Amino acid sequence: MQDYQSQKPIVLDILASHRTMPGNLLPILHGIQDTLGYIPPAAVEDIAKDLSLSKAEVHGVISFYHYFRTTPPGKHTIRICRAESCQAMNSKALEQHAKQTLGIDFHQTTTDEQFSLEAVYCLGNCGCSPSITIDDQVHGRVTPEKFDRLVASCKGNKS
Amino acid sequence: MTRVFVSRDSTALSLGAEQVAQSLQQLADTKGLDIEIVRNGSRGMFWLEPLVEVETSTGRVAYGPVQPEDLATLVEAGFLDGKQHVLSLGNIEEHPFFKYQNRLTFARVGLTDPVNLEDYLAHDGYRGLKNALALQPVDIVKHVTDSGLRGRGGAAFPTGIKWNTVMNAPAEQKYIVCNADEGDSGTFSDRMIMEGDPFVLIEGMTIAGLAVGATQGYIYLRIEYPHAKIALNQAIEAAYQHGYLGENIQGSGKTFHLEVRSGAGAYICGEETSLLESLEGKRGLVRFKPPLPAIVGLFGKPTIVNNVISLASIPVILDKGGEYYRDYGMGRSRGTLPLQLAGNIKHSGLFEAAFGMTLREILYDYGGGSASGRPIRAVQVGGPLGAYLHEGQFDTPLDYEAFAAIACVLGHGGIVVHDDTVNMSEMARYAMEFCVEESCGKCTPCRIGSTRGVEVIDRIVGNEQKQKNTELLRDLCDTMLCGSLCAMGGMTPYPVLSALNHFPEDFGLPTAKA
Repeated sequence: MQDYQSQKPIVLDILASHRTMPGNLLPILHGIQDTLGYIPPAAVEDIAKDLSLSKAEVHGVISFYHYFRTTPPGKHTIRICRAESCQAMNSKALEQHAKQTLGIDFHQTTTDEQFSLEAVYCLGNCGCSPSITIDDQVHGRVTPEKFDRLVASCKGNKS
Repeated sequence: MTRVFVSRDSTALSLGAEQVAQSLQQLADTKGLDIEIVRNGSRGMFWLEPLVEVETSTGRVAYGPVQPEDLATLVEAGFLDGKQHVLSLGNIEEHPFFKYQNRLTFARVGLTDPVNLEDYLAHDGYRGLKNALALQPVDIVKHVTDSGLRGRGGAAFPTGIKWNTVMNAPAEQKYIVCNADEGDSGTFSDRMIMEGDPFVLIEGMTIAGLAVGATQGYIYLRIEYPHAKIALNQAIEAAYQHGYLGENIQGSGKTFHLEVRSGAGAYICGEETSLLESLEGKRGLVRFKPPLPAIVGLFGKPTIVNNVISLASIPVILDKGGEYYRDYGMGRSRGTLPLQLAGNIKHSGLFEAAFGMTLREILYDYGGGSASGRPIRAVQVGGPLGAYLHEGQFDTPLDYEAFAAIACVLGHGGIVVHDDTVNMSEMARYAMEFCVEESCGKCTPCRIGSTRGVEVIDRIVGNEQKQKNTELLRDLCDTMLCGSLCAMGGMTPYPVLSALNHFPEDFGLPTAKA
């Protein structure tokens, strides 16, 4: 994991640029996660100090929302929809396949740090279930075979 | 120059629309074809996506579903002149799925370039705002009241009454908040509006601002919708540039500012008071009501919180008048509802219709039955907190009161279809599990009740003191129903009890009497 001292200036910059924004904590957390890939636990103190909140309050917000994470993600984040529409189109089998193929459970990252697996509850892509996202790309009608192709093409993409 | 339309809607993209657009551009460059590719919204017929429409001298001609490898033969067949091809669909607006809709809110979705202001204006855009600028606030609210519009987010509260309350609340600052945290499985109408016609939402919110004297608006958008965020921000920027947002809107002296804020993956933030907490930068804990957000809302100020579809229905109401809108629908359910067909359904997509059509009509006449070809067994209407309907209830008209009469909800108009391979005890268990995952934790029935609910269902299915545990589950559902602070815990019993009542055999209990 990266040393927080090198990340600190980025966090302080994000704090400074949101100073006058009403209700700024979520936008700040998004800003940090968008830039660093996660919210370093050590950043909580700086955020709390800047917003005159307790560390517990900041931590409480981070842990309340499913989207925020406090550990670095793999190179690609795969989110599998677990909601009813996808279940009606056999998403459970897809979930099993994904966990088995990647060798990880939800909220885990592969040992080669290539993939993180997350559960998501509805991508609004229910018209072609089951759905997943890989990073910001949505994919519909995902069969186990299509899943394997998508994963393989991520591995091929070294950039 | 021939205009070719390839959708930028998430669902179209998830089926390969981006590759189709890129390959078409490459093909045009190599072959020297004189085309302009317009990235429109989706017509809402997802089994035909990626859909490609070509503008010809005799109107638009559609082809679909198109894959990149089809493009060479399409060009060869002369699709740029609307010629026949195995993928030809003719004029998509004449397709039976499209033709019999009442497209009021979705009139432009799929037709126009979503982020092109000129295109919006050329298709009756901003006519509602123009009328609103010439009216007194009280007259704007009267149109909304006369329209009979009720909140399309699910609670179905009369929009005019909410606006009237905020209008009459004295304050130096008021807010318009758009609830764009559409988290129900089987719903995507908000997403389609925001991606396919973001200006209509911006216009609706601006009119709301004029009606109640609010100068600041926020769209609270779920993080799962990155494409909607891009489209909204592009449209907001164009609206600012052309004086439709900001200070002195169209020379009227009126002000309205608008900003998109991202949620962070919490279903509960679709509940209006949790949403306000989240917008204020806190955990999305439900607030006690009263006070209502209309009186004490965002940052303690009077606030309108409306769903995307409610606000996107405002421009047509102000353009054509409240009575025009009210003339669609039945009983106390007026106007139109964008129905969303999802799950195991052959023709999945969006169908905007006046209230009153039956569920059976939409499932079979337009939806074409299940995708698997097997019998449809259970249909969940209204999201994860909505009840499961069985075959015997399919003739219920889509109307708020008719659904309430059979202990069901219309909610946000999402329809999720399951065929006969579904196990309803698993769906009931999932409903409780979802509540465990998404409860804000503020009230005990929801926080603890859902965890106990999962355990009790496991015991019933595991044949452990079946009768006693079934009684216990009903008792628990009753506690959640009556004792929860908001709809999360209060409605989780709907899917659970409907599964238990209509499909007891899946719990290993005696079959229900027909």
